[in-house]
Amino acid sequence: MNEENQEYNKSFDKEMWKKVIKYILRHWKVLLLLISSLVILSGLESVTPLLTRYAIDNYIESGSTDNMEWFIAIYFLVILIKASSIFALIYLAEKLFLEVSHSIRKDAFEKLQKLSFTYYDNNTVGSLIARVTSDTWRLTGIISWGLVDLFWGFFTILTVTTLMFFLNVKITLAVLGVIPLLLLVSVYFQKKILKSTRESRKYNSAITASFNEGIQGATTTKTLVREKKNLEEFDIKTEKFKSAAIKIAVLSALFFPIVSALGILGTSLALWTGGVMVFGGIVTIGTLSAFISYTQLFFFPINDLARIFANFQMAQAAGERVFTLLDANVDIFDHDEVLKQYGLVKASDNVPKLQGNIEFRNVSFTYTKGEQVLNNFNLKVERGQSIAIVGETGSGKTTIVNLACRFYQPTSGEILIDGINYQDIPLMHVQGNLGYMLQTPHLFSGTIKDNITYGNLQATQEEIEHAAKLAEAHDFIMNFEKGYGHTISKGGGGLSTGQKQLICIARAIIANPSIFILDEATSSVDTHTEKAIQLAIGQVIKGRTSFIIAHRLSTIRQADRILVLDKGNVIEEGTHNELIANEGHYYKLYTSQFLEEQELEILN
Amino acid sequence: MKHKKINLLLSFIKGNRRNYIIAILFMILATMTSLINPLIIKLAVDSVIDKQPVSLTGVFLSMFNNIGGRDVLINNLWILGCLLILISVFNGIFNFLSKKYIAIVSERTAKNMRNKLYDHIQYLSYSYHVKVDTGDLIQRCTSDLDKIRRFISQQLMEIIRALTLISTALAIMLSLNVNLSIVSFVVTPIIVFVAFKFFKFIKIKFKETDEAEGKMTTVLQENLNSMRIVRAFAKQDYETDKFNKASKKFKETDFVVSKLMAWYWGATDFICDVQLGAILILGTVWATKGLLTIGTLLAFMAYSHNMIWPIRNLGRVLADMGKASVSLNRISEIFDEIGEDIDLESGLTPKINGEISFDHVSFEYEEGKPVLNDVTFHIEKGQTIAILGGTGAGKTTLVNLLVRLFDVKSGAVTIDGINVKDINRKWLRKKIGIVLQEPFLFSRTIKENIAFSNYNATEEQIESACRVASIYNVIRHFDKGFDTMVGEKGVTLSGGQKQRVAIARTLLNNHSILIFDDSLSAVDVETDAYIRDQLKKNLHSTTTLIISHRISTLKQADKILVIEKGMITQQGTHYELIREQGLYKEVFDIQSSLQSDTTKGGETRE
Repeated sequence: MNEENQEYNKSFDKEMWKKVIKYILRHWKVLLLLISSLVILSGLESVTPLLTRYAIDNYIESGSTDNMEWFIAIYFLVILIKASSIFALIYLAEKLFLEVSHSIRKDAFEKLQKLSFTYYDNNTVGSLIARVTSDTWRLTGIISWGLVDLFWGFFTILTVTTLMFFLNVKITLAVLGVIPLLLLVSVYFQKKILKSTRESRKYNSAITASFNEGIQGATTTKTLVREKKNLEEFDIKTEKFKSAAIKIAVLSALFFPIVSALGILGTSLALWTGGVMVFGGIVTIGTLSAFISYTQLFFFPINDLARIFANFQMAQAAGERVFTLLDANVDIFDHDEVLKQYGLVKASDNVPKLQGNIEFRNVSFTYTKGEQVLNNFNLKVERGQSIAIVGETGSGKTTIVNLACRFYQPTSGEILIDGINYQDIPLMHVQGNLGYMLQTPHLFSGTIKDNITYGNLQATQEEIEHAAKLAEAHDFIMNFEKGYGHTISKGGGGLSTGQKQLICIARAIIANPSIFILDEATSSVDTHTEKAIQLAIGQVIKGRTSFIIAHRLSTIRQADRILVLDKGNVIEEGTHNELIANEGHYYKLYTSQFLEEQELEILN
Repeated sequence: MKHKKINLLLSFIKGNRRNYIIAILFMILATMTSLINPLIIKLAVDSVIDKQPVSLTGVFLSMFNNIGGRDVLINNLWILGCLLILISVFNGIFNFLSKKYIAIVSERTAKNMRNKLYDHIQYLSYSYHVKVDTGDLIQRCTSDLDKIRRFISQQLMEIIRALTLISTALAIMLSLNVNLSIVSFVVTPIIVFVAFKFFKFIKIKFKETDEAEGKMTTVLQENLNSMRIVRAFAKQDYETDKFNKASKKFKETDFVVSKLMAWYWGATDFICDVQLGAILILGTVWATKGLLTIGTLLAFMAYSHNMIWPIRNLGRVLADMGKASVSLNRISEIFDEIGEDIDLESGLTPKINGEISFDHVSFEYEEGKPVLNDVTFHIEKGQTIAILGGTGAGKTTLVNLLVRLFDVKSGAVTIDGINVKDINRKWLRKKIGIVLQEPFLFSRTIKENIAFSNYNATEEQIESACRVASIYNVIRHFDKGFDTMVGEKGVTLSGGQKQRVAIARTLLNNHSILIFDDSLSAVDVETDAYIRDQLKKNLHSTTTLIISHRISTLKQADKILVIEKGMITQQGTHYELIREQGLYKEVFDIQSSLQSDTTKGGETRE
């Protein structure tokens, strides 16, 4: 709500428009053609009344239709070109619109692939989607068609004024006399309408929010018996919205007749002054009729100016949101030294295999929101070792993994991979050697095969099956009618959570990473699948440096080393047996965890 | 079916029908007055400027002569100018009144619809809300509703206007010149037909565009949601490629529509110009032969010009009416769902002491899948009852039946001996407080959330409820204390904090029966115990039901119910149950075999 309010109060944002123009100029050929078609169209539209004038003066007044076939031919030529230019203008305006929005979307998406997770922490997925889709759409749509309106209006006024002056100066001056009045009225009304529009938008989003809460909180409302009061509160909002909407409608209902009355004033001024001149023989009846048409053609774009202005304001608001994304700072990138040494390394490049020795050296880390998560953290992991990290929410488990993946970089201190500070090697060398498995299994829509080969796009069918077998996934995959070709739709496509996890493991295996990250799920799966997952995890961590954020005891026990974290510090460290013998924090955690697992097993 | 939908629409408009008719009448008047000006111009051109005989009849002729006829007007052309303006003023006033009234009608109707929808949704059954797709429902309440509003305020008016315009203009034109009228109307049906067919056809294309856009958005959404996977597998380039393809596909699909649009507008413009050309050329030819005057020709040109847009638009509006009908359908579907408690005033409103009985209660949500099976138990007033059971065992269903979120199908649930089916639902829920496992907090301040159902609560009452729920100090620590906003625009509360706020919210009403539906699950054991202790001190006469699987919680209850697969398998006190074989003892054994007192499961107390 607040955001919307601000949007419409902002004044002209020059910087933003400069950037928009740059995008439009990428398609300058289309723009040029578009402007040409507009020049032709407005020119022809201004010529049409002259044809009528010619017909009246030359045929009707003289009473003969000699050479009329020429007139007919010209008339048809004119309307044919006019129709073609209308075709061209819609074609080109839409082309410009679609091309520019495609360009912006492309750039925005590419940007999103580079932005660090700090950015994602501060922006919801919903708002990012809106920026790439609807905001971009609105911005480019309004601009393309706004340009059409502006250029068309400009050329029409220009040619009509020129032609009118050419026909008769005195009548023209009389007609133009109406303009200042018209502008005054326009500005006055549009200001008022804009203000009410802002207000109604505010109420509109409040109503949507109320519907949202009303639906999501329906059960709560029922248990608290608040239906009546809810409706009363809702009624206040709808009443305000209704009043604002009526106000806008009444204002524009008042505005348009006044404007068209002013247009008629122009027409009658033309009729009056022009009529007198017809008697005097100064102008012909044909000229007078042309003037009457011109007054209407002339006022149309002026009436429209206010609407175009309001649209541009809306485009500006959308544009500002789009460009905050396009201009956002990428804070994890290869610095100049790295670029000099390695050149530009892209995600699709083949990267050298890392060994997987990882060392955290005096690492401190603070999220942008201010809370320090790690303070002078030290950790050395040998290649091939598996590390289980346990601890409560907020103890820093995920942060350590995020730093190891270089999703974030240390605020101070350094992280070494194979003895080199990882900021001194290309980002892709690090991330190209990673395997990752998330708490909630993330599959893409597509076939099972697509999802497994996501780990290695060049994998052969044999490699795929091999990975699936290692991940204990082959058997259930073959149970699907289409086997590896089984489609996973948005809903999950008949796969259980456990099965999805197994596919994720296969995906990680096929990537053959040096470093493997497992952010384990807490969700319970049946014992059979649980066993399969354990076996598969055992396969994937074999011979790789791995970090496991573990919840299941069976997983924890598989690790070479267990770190118990509390508030960013390692408070206990060792193997499972050592730690149990210690009877410290791990022991407590283990027992309570064990308890919960056992209990759930009994209850269900 | 169709009839029913129209009735629904009429019920929304109800109370505004008179205004609607006024709006339509004014619009007809406005349309008619807009057709007078070309006649005045004709008069000016023909009978004043030129020397044609006056073609006026009746009143208008005598008016013309009263002014002084051509002789006066020729020297005072301003009179006709003023007449033009006067007509425009009338036209403006009619237009204004029509738009004003239609705005009143449509906005009132929209408000009516919003309120009715909102209220209806509130009263829809619990089972509806469990399965409903929130996004879809909101869309129905907002954009579908807006489509209907636009149908009332624009589309219908547009159709009436176009028809008035065509028929009136046709009448005038016929009276002026029959032959030219025929020429003028030859293409009209063609254009309406072409427009209608075109916009019907293009709908299919629009759908394809929507699908292409949907696919693109899915790629984007999946990418953003799986960003860690994308990065960890270094698939940025692959993803970019995938998105570019989808974006390009969308661009191209949409461009197909654009091209069709370009063809349509270009072609119809041409047809209209041919029409104007035919009038101009044939009119000129006939004028040279003296069959019609210049003024008549100009009037015809003006009429045709004015009609082009409404006629081209008519086909489009007709084609678009389908959309409004679909929207109306989607809204009427909501109203077709039967809400609970059609008449809220019926039923008993007894004083509730808190004695609860389940007597051979069975229940199933879906046919053949019983959730509760012959459940019988009894709770005395003031007792504390704990319920233990696994996921899907039927615990929550027990609670739902008690407050009539669902109604019992066989057997009976009674409170103080009265069957709950006979008790007014609202009354029942007012007397029974429930704290849900995942309570919903509204995006308001914490204070407003707590006083959500008891808006007259004093500061002290709120604070004391918060102290009992052990959330007081947490709230105090927020920057704005009790005035801190909850949700997107304020603080994000953890699961345990939400549960405690919800407990405070429920406590603010004095209930005879309190139910905690696993609503301390995200709170750590110590805080759990503290809250229960506080409750006991404050609410000794309240019957309390606690669903939990913490032995420490269960064991303090006066009675424990163990529920498995919809059946009560054990009931008794802690000491009774640990002496018999069963689920309770199994759970107890594990918990006691390990030092349960030191367990950490949730958040520590403030």
